[in-house]
Amino acid sequence: MWAQVLTWSFGVALFTAGIRLAVPVLLAVLGEIITERSGVMNLGLEGVMLVGSLAGFITAHSIEQSTGMISVAAWGGLAAGLLAGAVMGWIMAVLTVTLRSDQVVTGVTLVLLGQGLTSYVFRQNAGLAGARVKGLDSWAIPGFSDIPIVGDILFNHNVMVYLTAVLVFLCWFFLFRTNWGLELRAVGENPAAVDTSGLRVDHIRYRAVMLGSALAGLGGAVLTVVQLNIFTENITAGRGWIAIALVFFSRWQPGGAMIGALLFGIADALQYRIQALGFKNIPYEFLLMLPYVLTLVALLWRTGRSAAPAALGIPYVKGER
Amino acid sequence: MREESVLNLGSALTHAGVLKRLKSLAPLLGGLLALLLGAVLLQLSGANPLQAYGVMLAGAFGGGRQLTETLLRATPLLIIGLGMTIAFRCRVWNIGAEGQYYIGALCGSVVALALPDLGPGLLIPLMFMAGILGGVIWSGIAGLLHLQRGVNLIICTLMLNYIGILLVQYAARVPLQQPDGFLPESAQFSANAQIPTLLGTRLHWGVLLAFGLVGVVYILLWQTPLGLQLRAVGSRLSVARCAGINTSRSILIALMISGGLAGLAGIIEVSYTYTRLKGDISDNFGFGGILVALLGQRQPVGVVVAALLFSALMVGAQSLNVVLQIPASVAQVIQAIVVLFVLAGQAIAQRESL
Repeated sequence: MWAQVLTWSFGVALFTAGIRLAVPVLLAVLGEIITERSGVMNLGLEGVMLVGSLAGFITAHSIEQSTGMISVAAWGGLAAGLLAGAVMGWIMAVLTVTLRSDQVVTGVTLVLLGQGLTSYVFRQNAGLAGARVKGLDSWAIPGFSDIPIVGDILFNHNVMVYLTAVLVFLCWFFLFRTNWGLELRAVGENPAAVDTSGLRVDHIRYRAVMLGSALAGLGGAVLTVVQLNIFTENITAGRGWIAIALVFFSRWQPGGAMIGALLFGIADALQYRIQALGFKNIPYEFLLMLPYVLTLVALLWRTGRSAAPAALGIPYVKGER
Repeated sequence: MREESVLNLGSALTHAGVLKRLKSLAPLLGGLLALLLGAVLLQLSGANPLQAYGVMLAGAFGGGRQLTETLLRATPLLIIGLGMTIAFRCRVWNIGAEGQYYIGALCGSVVALALPDLGPGLLIPLMFMAGILGGVIWSGIAGLLHLQRGVNLIICTLMLNYIGILLVQYAARVPLQQPDGFLPESAQFSANAQIPTLLGTRLHWGVLLAFGLVGVVYILLWQTPLGLQLRAVGSRLSVARCAGINTSRSILIALMISGGLAGLAGIIEVSYTYTRLKGDISDNFGFGGILVALLGQRQPVGVVVAALLFSALMVGAQSLNVVLQIPASVAQVIQAIVVLFVLAGQAIAQRESL
């Protein structure tokens, strides 16, 4: 049995799948980094991703059914996921930024809302059960994809994989090389100082929460529209919660997010493959546990609060120190 | 002159009093608004909202059978919610009730399956204790990772949720599976291991225990030195530390009590509702319990009301599904909207000015 595992083709397939599986989680992690850098912790990511995944799927499905334009349908679906995520983010922001409700509670409620709403809409529309969308074809990057092994692993994916990689860089650039990023991080570290300098703390936080949720919604849409091509209840299966843990792992750095999401993706891919090979002496429940255990173990070695934004989780009250 | 100013002061006071009273109604108003929004949702799905709410109300409270079902559903929510009340009073963000519930169910089930012939008077308390122990250990692991290694508590409890649930699914499928059974579930518990019901009803002793715990938690939080410590740590960590309270110890205690109660809820549900260990034994009770604690304003009596509301929505939604073919998940949506609006109302009520 081990002979089947220790081959080049197994390794290539594993890493290729690992990268693909990392994408939805990575998008959510990037979004949450932006949100948390502004001082708001959005624990509702799982619900946001679910809403994004259903909105994306319904949009893509109905465009495909009515016009037959496959790529328009896919991109329309992704846009819908982005938008639905932003709406969920708006709800989060109204409660935690304007009304200063507790962020943990609001986040958990958002998960319940997302689970309930998606399950409700899915069951109300009988046509969605068993429906499929075509999604995006993979696009081999000319030249690069011919490189042996590396080409197969890195340069033979659908466009969303490449876009997400670019987004990691853009996210870093936005946070650390632009004025907006500076303001956003300042709000997360010392909102009172930002307030004194004449900027609106609440406006900046609204933008950060909505942008972050939009990315998580996009991640959900990628899962249903591009990767699985179907929707079922609770399809995100804990990816939103994993994303929150990975933000801590990443130490709020987009580069770290990419490493964390790839580790998760590869662990996930490994779990699928070992199950498929039928290793009877390893119960599949333990394989399913792998991503969670690894995340926890990884956090053990990457502790320390110093990296976290100083005002994370604390509502800002004008004039109060 | 003097009398007049006193009178003015008096009227000003009552005016402020009225305003304050009005504001304290904001959470209630939020709840009503949420039900209104739920009505819009029902209307959108083609049902008459009034009729739908009527069906739900009748389904949850319309008779002895319905009332019993609502009380039975409320029991795990109430027990977990009470534990969470203690945790949240101490500002311990235990998001892992679901996992602690599962591990509690597992530990209790092991006892039930190992000692099937023990008299119920001994076996049931033993199972409860095992369930509590399971929840305490599972939350304790999170506490140690947090306090010893500095891992964020929310993350620890979250990850342990999934690990705990998967562990139970494995246990029910392999080591504890019914001999020559096909399904991933244990053998049925012996009659001794099933919680007895109260005289001629479907209500069991666990329901009584849950309501008894309301008083216990109230006394613990407000009448004991430990409760004072926990609340002090929750309100101001630095002040509590200055007052010589061992904050780490308080955090661990609050965490373990909430975990233990979640474990107790787990074994009660398995012993009564499922009568065997399975991989799927929770109706989102863990997260429901967390929200119930907050909806109940972290007051034991408030938690009772919130747990009954959550359970009534769940039970009512089932008859909604039968009568009007509306998906039962509408209950979750209304629950979430209620919590969001009550949170908003609470936030508005606590503000100095609007």
